[in-house]
Amino acid sequence: MVGLRYIPDVTTLKLDIEKCTGCTMCTIVCPHAVFAIEEKRSKIDDADACMECGACARNCPEGALTVDAGVGCAYAIMIGSLRGTEPTCDCAKDASCC
Amino acid sequence: MNKRAHQANKPDRQTCCQPAVQIGDRDVSKLSRHWISGTIQTPVGQVPVVTTRLLSSDKIGSYKARWGVGRMASRVEPGLYAVGRPTDKSPVLVSANYKMSFDRLRSCLNGTDSWILVINTHGINVWCAAGKGTFGTDEIVARVRSVRLSEVVSHRKLILPQLGAAGVAAHEVKKYSGFRVRYGPIRARDIQAFLEADMKTTPEMRQVRFGIRERIVLIPAELVLSAKYALCAAVCFMLLSGLGPGVYSLDRIAEYGMASGLLILLAYVAGTTVPPALLPWLPGRSFSIKGVWVGIILAAGIWWYASHSPETFRNQWSVAGWLVIVPVVSSFLAMNFTGSSTYTSLSGVLKEMRVALPIQICCAVIGVGLWTIGLFV
Repeated sequence: MVGLRYIPDVTTLKLDIEKCTGCTMCTIVCPHAVFAIEEKRSKIDDADACMECGACARNCPEGALTVDAGVGCAYAIMIGSLRGTEPTCDCAKDASCC
Repeated sequence: MNKRAHQANKPDRQTCCQPAVQIGDRDVSKLSRHWISGTIQTPVGQVPVVTTRLLSSDKIGSYKARWGVGRMASRVEPGLYAVGRPTDKSPVLVSANYKMSFDRLRSCLNGTDSWILVINTHGINVWCAAGKGTFGTDEIVARVRSVRLSEVVSHRKLILPQLGAAGVAAHEVKKYSGFRVRYGPIRARDIQAFLEADMKTTPEMRQVRFGIRERIVLIPAELVLSAKYALCAAVCFMLLSGLGPGVYSLDRIAEYGMASGLLILLAYVAGTTVPPALLPWLPGRSFSIKGVWVGIILAAGIWWYASHSPETFRNQWSVAGWLVIVPVVSSFLAMNFTGSSTYTSLSGVLKEMRVALPIQICCAVIGVGLWTIGLFV
């Protein structure tokens, strides 16, 4: 994303290059252009742009990608910890959350 | 949420027993939605045809939804819809049953004969629903089956909005429904270009943005989300202002309480509106730090005001209290905007909160402490 960058060196995104077949699915689904294709295989090109939405891991047919996907929402984390659940966007009635 | 999801599931379960297109039929005769212009005959029965022009009532509906009003009413019945005069070769576009998502899509399909498959996301937009998994593989597979899509179209392709990918595994949809998933552009306005380009997205179409317009439309929801807490806090400060040496006094509320309540509301409005609007220009990557800057500017204004009209404040303790409380409030509220932003990760927000939250709590205690001392000295 142009201009806006969040805290660096935190993403849990991992790529097992051995499993990658170079199908390019991750480059198609990633909303932040984290991946690049190099020598017919995927490569994490911009890890700090990752927002851990989990689209790449879910759509990787080979299971080469892993990420602890979740909502990057402080409110959700607080609600989750108060209720002892995972951070969930329970503000579904509000237009913007997640 | 569980309760709400459960209620939302009920009507859905009933319709599962019959082809979902019939929901549309019933719609046309009974509800006659203004965006349904007629029906089209298909091998599975009548399918409602939707218009591509948004009326002012659609726009008012979107505006109200931004303010959290009538959101639950702004659902579209899941099922199959037609745009123009689609044939068995026409593309199938999958959408959420949130009215704003659906409206965006149909308004961008003027002149494009196509099918819209609305899946049940319980009235939540595509990206949020994908995050929750309701815009997901299972729902798509079930919906394809219930509307008997394979009898309506001869091809086996579904076009999904790219932001739905967090909830959908394309290879599993193929495996269980026979339909191949093509991820289309993020923004509906790129859909025509995508279709013309033989269903290929450009890197530009695939990247999420967070421009000033996109940020500003989120402000109402931020205001609504924190409104009740802000009002509670304002009332508390107002009532506590009656405390002091001797007996509880209503005069003190009139003299200082109103201003106290107003200051809380001011910090709330500033903390929810300014960080979204000025996000790229506020220093720092953490949202809590961006919010502190807003609070510091506001605090500077309070300090200036206090030096010119000291009678507004009880004493210096009270002023000092506000100088701490106001940045804490705006920092906390800015931090909550992480949920609405399009680029913060869970790991990042956790890291930010682990540092910010304890500091915010400490400062809040100090600020309220100073202000409370001000009540009694």
